[in-house]
Amino acid sequence: MELILVGLNFRTAPVEVRERVSFSKEQAQRAAEELRTKGILEETLVLSTCNRSEVYGVNPNASRESARALSAYLSGFHAVQPDKLNPSLYHHYDHDVVRHLFRVSAGLESMLLGEAEILGQVREAYLLAHESHATGPVLNRLFQAALEVGKRVRAETELGARPMGIASAGMKLAERIFGKLNDRSALVLGAGTISEQVISQLRDRGIGHLYLTNRSREKAEEFARQYNGKVIEWGQWDVALKLPDVIVTAVGALDPLLTKVMIEQAMSARGNRALFLMDLGMPRNIDPSVAGLYSVYLYSMEDLTEIVEQNRNARQSEVPKAEALVEEHIGKFISWQASMELTGLLEVLRDTLKERRAAFLNEKLSGVNHFNAQDREQIDGLMDELIERLLVRPAERLRAEREHRKKIQSVEAIRDLFLSDREKP
Amino acid sequence: MNQTFIVVTIVAYLTSMGFYIRFLYAGKEFTGRIATILMLLGLAAHYVSLMVRARGTHTVPYHDLQGSMSLFGWLLGVTYLCLEIYHRQRTVGAFVLPVILAFFFTAYLVPDHPSAAATPHGVVFALHVTLSILAYAAFALSCVLSLMYLAEERFLRIRRLGDVVWRLPPLELLERMSHTSVLVGLITIAAGTALGFVAVDRLPGEPAYFDPKYVVTLLVLLLYAAYFQLARTAAWRGARASKLCVFNFVLVVLSFTVVNLYFSQHHRYF
Repeated sequence: MELILVGLNFRTAPVEVRERVSFSKEQAQRAAEELRTKGILEETLVLSTCNRSEVYGVNPNASRESARALSAYLSGFHAVQPDKLNPSLYHHYDHDVVRHLFRVSAGLESMLLGEAEILGQVREAYLLAHESHATGPVLNRLFQAALEVGKRVRAETELGARPMGIASAGMKLAERIFGKLNDRSALVLGAGTISEQVISQLRDRGIGHLYLTNRSREKAEEFARQYNGKVIEWGQWDVALKLPDVIVTAVGALDPLLTKVMIEQAMSARGNRALFLMDLGMPRNIDPSVAGLYSVYLYSMEDLTEIVEQNRNARQSEVPKAEALVEEHIGKFISWQASMELTGLLEVLRDTLKERRAAFLNEKLSGVNHFNAQDREQIDGLMDELIERLLVRPAERLRAEREHRKKIQSVEAIRDLFLSDREKP
Repeated sequence: MNQTFIVVTIVAYLTSMGFYIRFLYAGKEFTGRIATILMLLGLAAHYVSLMVRARGTHTVPYHDLQGSMSLFGWLLGVTYLCLEIYHRQRTVGAFVLPVILAFFFTAYLVPDHPSAAATPHGVVFALHVTLSILAYAAFALSCVLSLMYLAEERFLRIRRLGDVVWRLPPLELLERMSHTSVLVGLITIAAGTALGFVAVDRLPGEPAYFDPKYVVTLLVLLLYAAYFQLARTAAWRGARASKLCVFNFVLVVLSFTVVNLYFSQHHRYF
């Protein structure tokens, strides 16, 4: 075993534990440094996001014992009792580490299947570790491959193509009508958590003008300051409704705030230019009959939830394609690993056969006196050449083998045939 | 020789359509570029096949129905490509190419014989016909865009968003593209009609200043001008204008077929 991973994620650990075991950039660098200086790992990389904290490492003698040492280190580093931390931790070794990382990078292990942010987080973690010289040839290769897998999954599958959140689904729908939102205006009614999510999405999409209105003006002003918006007095609907192309409501009210007549008047004032309405209130804030008006597109929380569900199913159907890409890259990585192993193996094979040749000649020529030192040197040379021709050169040809399974089998065969009584490299 | 260009045209159009469809689903820029390049190749081969055929028959490509339909398909492709570049929007290609291919295939299925109509010659006449066909191609394109608009609008209203709706151009862009296309059609049909009158004037013998085709063409021109104007007004913008655009194109098709065949003296290609 060489590769090792110890970590926890949203599936194995509650948020309280995840919060305590998360790493800042500085902590990640310090942990990587300490793990190497303490001899627990030779190469190391910490990947920490809001949903996972994982320590990847390389240790030629990686075993359950070193995984336990790593778990103990994490427990000490974050000052969390081992009995509280250990049940949340998972340990992976060698090929399972490769598979896990590639799946993480592809978004297959994300809370929101196929989310794009994780690829950036993997890249950032890799760059940080690489810059601080915590990684070596194995982790460099592993993470470069993981980034490639992530890119390919996003380029060749639809895993991350459709929006999965209510707010982002709503924004995507608005873009179906208007195109880019940077020359558009939006009005958000309400100043709660949902409103903030929507405002954040609107700002991410570069909305041209943002208007906010709320029963409590202070809260609206706070959002306006934070997101560079403009506050409109609550209830001034004749002014407020004719301005925006997108209206989002997320207000607690028993009766609809925006009636059909109000929207009709607004449409008349805006010359029937398309109007996109997102009703995220429960009970609904917009009279459902508004949906029948010309050039008005009304989506309620229920509609958006259904769209998100459809998107989730569509993403799920892309999983086999993404998994096939992951498996393809695992094969490539294992093949590379086998090549690296083969290099070390051939050196050991050469040394072992030379040792045996020396022992054999010493034994057989011990009683032969008519060979002088020069003759013995010549015999040594000839036998070395024979070893090279018969064994080492054919073994070296394995490097060119493209079929990684065959390569791995051959490596195992060499070990069993010639090195079974020696420690494996 | 011409067979080779016809085969190249068909292969290029079909593969281009395949890439446009792939682009529609996957949205990958690279796929879209290949689709455009293949479309360009198809248009080049189509043009050469038109020229080779014209040389072989010692006449212009629009002298018979076969040539006219093939030229129509080619001009539709050229107009679309200009629109694609101008609006930087490739998703429409998957919907336009089947129309181009339909015209291309039909052109080679119809009987290959020259029209019974009088065959005036000269640059003015050539421009009259080419501009008129270009106008019809632009109107056909605006019809495709309007149908896309209506379909997408319908899906958005009934909240049925399949794979394709997420990939289609935004409604307002479809509207703008349709306007551009109609504008091209209006300019070319106006110029083409004016040149048609000049060509008639130059015909030997008694010029025929009245043909039912003139009335229908004028009606088409007026209806598209009305669309162009109404599509900007509060009452008509959006779906209503798109419906009008589709209706107008139905009239264009009638003008191109029924009017030419049964009523016109000088525009009969059958």
